[in-house]
Amino acid sequence: MADDEGRPEPVVRATGLGKRYGDFTAVDGIDFEIRPGEAFGFLGPNGAGKSSTMRMVGCVSPRTAGHLEVFGLDPSVDGSTIRARLGVVPQDDTLDIGLNVRENLIVYARFFGIARAEAARRADELLDFIQLGDRARDPVEPLSGGMKRRLTIARALVNRPDLVLLDEPTTGLDPQARHLLWERLYRLKQRGATLVLTTHYMDEAEQLCDRLVIMDGGRIADEGSPRQLIERHCPRDVVELRFTDGDRLAEAATTMAGAGHHIEPLPDRLLVYADDGERVVDQVEAVGVHPTGSLVRRSTLEDVFLRLTGRSLVEA
Amino acid sequence: MTGTGPSAPSTGRSERDGVSPEEAAAVGHRSPPRFLRVAEYHARLYRRVWRGTLVSTILGPILYLVAMGVGVGTLIDDSPTADLGVPYVQFVAPGMMAAAAMQTAVAQSLYPVLASVKWIRTAYGLIATPLRPIDIAIGLQAWLVVQLLAAATVFLAVAGVAGAVRSPLAVLAPFAAALGGLAYSAGGAAWAVSRESEQSFQPILRLGILPSFLLSGTFFPVSQLPAALEALAVVTPLWHSVSLVRGLTAGTLGGAAAAGHVAVLVAYVAVGLAAGARAYERRLHP
Repeated sequence: MADDEGRPEPVVRATGLGKRYGDFTAVDGIDFEIRPGEAFGFLGPNGAGKSSTMRMVGCVSPRTAGHLEVFGLDPSVDGSTIRARLGVVPQDDTLDIGLNVRENLIVYARFFGIARAEAARRADELLDFIQLGDRARDPVEPLSGGMKRRLTIARALVNRPDLVLLDEPTTGLDPQARHLLWERLYRLKQRGATLVLTTHYMDEAEQLCDRLVIMDGGRIADEGSPRQLIERHCPRDVVELRFTDGDRLAEAATTMAGAGHHIEPLPDRLLVYADDGERVVDQVEAVGVHPTGSLVRRSTLEDVFLRLTGRSLVEA
Repeated sequence: MTGTGPSAPSTGRSERDGVSPEEAAAVGHRSPPRFLRVAEYHARLYRRVWRGTLVSTILGPILYLVAMGVGVGTLIDDSPTADLGVPYVQFVAPGMMAAAAMQTAVAQSLYPVLASVKWIRTAYGLIATPLRPIDIAIGLQAWLVVQLLAAATVFLAVAGVAGAVRSPLAVLAPFAAALGGLAYSAGGAAWAVSRESEQSFQPILRLGILPSFLLSGTFFPVSQLPAALEALAVVTPLWHSVSLVRGLTAGTLGGAAAAGHVAVLVAYVAVGLAAGARAYERRLHP
């Protein structure tokens, strides 16, 4: 299926999508489209509305406003049919500790109405994919966090989904486990699956997402590829000037006013956003400011994120 | 259908079948109805724990049967004032069968149900599949019917050996006991699935289930109770299932009485399932 301009029909299309729980508005009328084969990310601080959006797309939470289509179907009518084509990796593992590793996959396949023999075949295939073949008959409980996460991902793939929803897939994992997961997700994407993920790890978003939206307070603050977002919101470089003395930092902030595009004072350092970081460092020397340390780095998605959603803590 | 209102839960409408034609063809078989997939899941979980449940669901009731029917029964049957009309073992065995079904049903529908949505959260794995909240609600009850029937049938065999069965109608007794159990588990699951903590469970067990067990005609006719308590006893599902089971094992059940007891129990089940459909939907599709 394609539209008039020959682009493939979006897998998910939301317009004015909203979710209210009583008086609380979790998602406040958002628009987005997810195209087949892309990896699409929802970024945002806790409470931004990412998980609520994911649950609506996953057809387990009815929307309270707007329009939503998944595979061209309406979740409030065809939820079960849509879910048959989804793979869902929830934020918390919901593995069955009463069943062993392999049984967890087989039981899950049966929920999709997959025949026993086929379920067993897919379970073994997926255990290889996530490198847990040798733990097939082991109980789930003693598995490490990373292994449980991989098993949860395998479980989400048992119905060969066209769309995989991952809610904070690598939260709480060590770097090795995260990289292994990323690599598996990348392979999934190469096979043509559409991935939708939420994360608050910016490196994860940069690694995995073709396109992403940054959410804040139930709305979409901006949308684009990681590179586009960085270019749109930040100059190329960030200079970090460290100070041990708060007064000298404040003084330096005044002296440096006008340097780069924008200066952001933090308690222990000044951030200077600039197209050419080295020049800023030279200017610093020239005007006689002496930080205890300076560092020039490229702008990252994290800088964009903090600019769009602020630095104050949101307690979920 | 726009589905834009919070007042439009998806239970009422029929979500179409959860397997695409391609999927069904790919796996080359007809999928079982969705609630049966849930029942199968419970059966698979049960395979791991069935030994542990033998004591509470089968051995316990049999011990009661021996202690009450044979032990206490000997004293009662010898008493000149006893007017049960039958040996005590024949009176108490059907009572125990129905009461055991109630206890198993309650035990399976409170803590395990809350655990599935609150502590181990396995229900949230189930709803990410074509299964709907209603399938999860009905699937558990379907599995409980199997479990209750099996336990009551074993008990019936033991009661038969103990000389507590007088009528061939007794083969229907396990169904009556299972229906009586369902009258508790349907509502119990609806209650548990909507709780945030287990706080209310102990009061329910101590102030609701235990008095029912003791006073709803299990061990003695409710006519022995003070009038106020008797009025309370005869509205409990247990009294109806005890009466039904007893009528079947003794062969004294009249058609009208049977219809009346079944109707009351079915009503309890229907109300429980309706409440469950709502409660599961609210909890799992918030």
